[in-house]
Amino acid sequence: MSAVTDTARLADRGNPLSQSVRDSLVIAKRNLIRMSRIPEMVIFGLIQPIMFVVLFSYVFGGSMNIGGTTDSLVYREFLMAGIFAQTVTFATAGAGAGIADDMHKGLIDRFRSLPMARGAVLTGRTLADLVQTALTLFVLAMVALLVGWRTHTSIGEVLGAFGLLLLLGYAFTWVGALIGLSVRTPEAATSGGLIWLFPVTFISNAFVDSSRMTPWLQHVADWNPFSATVQACRKLFGNPGVSPSEAWPMQHPVWASLIYSVLIIVIFRTLAVRKYRSATA
Amino acid sequence: MPGAIYAEGLVKTFGDVRALDGVDLDVPEGTVLGLLGPNGAGKTTAVRCLTTLLKPDSGSAVVAGVDVLKHPDAVRRSIGLSGQFAAVDEYLTGRENLQMVGQLYQMKAKQAKVRATELLEQFDLADAADRPTKTYSGGMRRRLDLAAALVVSPPVMFMDEPTTGLDPRNRQLLWEVIKQLVSAGTTLLLTTQYLEEADHLAHDIAVVDHGHVIATGTSDQLKARTGGERVEVVVHEREHIQAASEVLRGFGKGDTTVEDHMRKLTVPVTGGAKLLAEVIRELDTRGIEIDDIGLRRPTLDDVFLSLTGHAAEAKDEGNDKKEDAK
Repeated sequence: MSAVTDTARLADRGNPLSQSVRDSLVIAKRNLIRMSRIPEMVIFGLIQPIMFVVLFSYVFGGSMNIGGTTDSLVYREFLMAGIFAQTVTFATAGAGAGIADDMHKGLIDRFRSLPMARGAVLTGRTLADLVQTALTLFVLAMVALLVGWRTHTSIGEVLGAFGLLLLLGYAFTWVGALIGLSVRTPEAATSGGLIWLFPVTFISNAFVDSSRMTPWLQHVADWNPFSATVQACRKLFGNPGVSPSEAWPMQHPVWASLIYSVLIIVIFRTLAVRKYRSATA
Repeated sequence: MPGAIYAEGLVKTFGDVRALDGVDLDVPEGTVLGLLGPNGAGKTTAVRCLTTLLKPDSGSAVVAGVDVLKHPDAVRRSIGLSGQFAAVDEYLTGRENLQMVGQLYQMKAKQAKVRATELLEQFDLADAADRPTKTYSGGMRRRLDLAAALVVSPPVMFMDEPTTGLDPRNRQLLWEVIKQLVSAGTTLLLTTQYLEEADHLAHDIAVVDHGHVIATGTSDQLKARTGGERVEVVVHEREHIQAASEVLRGFGKGDTTVEDHMRKLTVPVTGGAKLLAEVIRELDTRGIEIDDIGLRRPTLDDVFLSLTGHAAEAKDEGNDKKEDAK
């Protein structure tokens, strides 16, 4: 407890970037421990997309026209990229609720009074959500294989598609973080994190062939960041239903998906960290 | 030279509530300042401003030699904060909580681990170290919270009502820890509603009400200001009240107050124990039988009452909620 050891302990700091990474990992670990001790949250997060796979495959399966056929197996292969993409975006709600919950507990005062990197509370949370998303995607892919989904490309392309999905999910957790910081209760963050996802995921090529929409809606769907990732996945998986649209994101879906996700991260991370800081001041 | 905690003219408003209305504080290194006041007086807001959690509207503050407004990050490296509500993660174990805090104080993972074990021992939490803290009792959580504030043995500590709601055993335990800290040289700012606690732990006391510091000084100075000592007599027979009152008038330095139903008379005096003996002799000479007699020194409760016009425990719910919400 002497002054000398105190100074020694406090002097060891390193550069701001490595401190930021280290602090974020400490917070990510905290959130992962929490998730492991509330397994029901993870389980509910898994049940919902599995339900979607089964419902869409068997209820809509026979009546959807994909590339000129209504074969339900073709629809199932078409559908999976859409379900995967929708599933990763649902991490938004979890991130938002988690951060809103943190902001209203005494613990946030402890974090704010510590000499830690300012954005680490948020970055740590989004990283933990990324791990959970990866786990969910893995289980979902297994279920998809069970109902007949197959890829027809190289392992590299398949992994690339999953990489794009994770990046999209990570980008959306930053939207969730901003929502979580802007609402008063975790409940509001959950519903606020979900409602806007419905138009975003449905006005897209995820579940139906967007070329059959009315022209203005098709335009929205073609330029929807979400559609770019879905299109990229179908292409990289070698699944049917790749949109022939002339729109740039549909022609270059991998690039479009990358650019959109990075843009979302840059914009929403900046806004969220600023919001967190102003709440801190 | 300003103290380890120094504030000048701190003002903070929430909407139309002036939570702090020009607060000045000066805590010399290695001493304890007790910030005393009712709920909603501005104690918590003052602590939050000094610990970089809130930005004051105006005024300046220096903690551990660093300007709080200009270099909040440097201040955070030198302070520990233990709040009214146990700031621990309920799903993490005690050990995980302390390790996390240590690492966020920029300790190496291994160092944080060693320190966590040390603190768990010191705070009598070793048996519960590997249980999630939501299974802890209120007292255990508070102890863990205080342990978290002490991870790096910071030179300056802030404790916001550290013993509110604790049972006597836990309160005693925290008091012992606080005394050890101070004897090791830590500067401490402590807010409390318990006058007894301030009396017991603090070198200096600042009384806060409605966002102002309305009095400062040692506990003895504040008591002296309130008007010295009083003699309190309870007579055995109701008909002796009149006679006793006449005796007290001869010794008193002011008006005698009489509580008829209690057969109790009180009079302000100077002269201490010697005078008390004289009063007893005189009452005896006159054949006035007494049930009780005593020299009463003012408590901090009296001090508080005379300074603010209301008791320390008086609750101001409206203000309190506002402060909590921030």
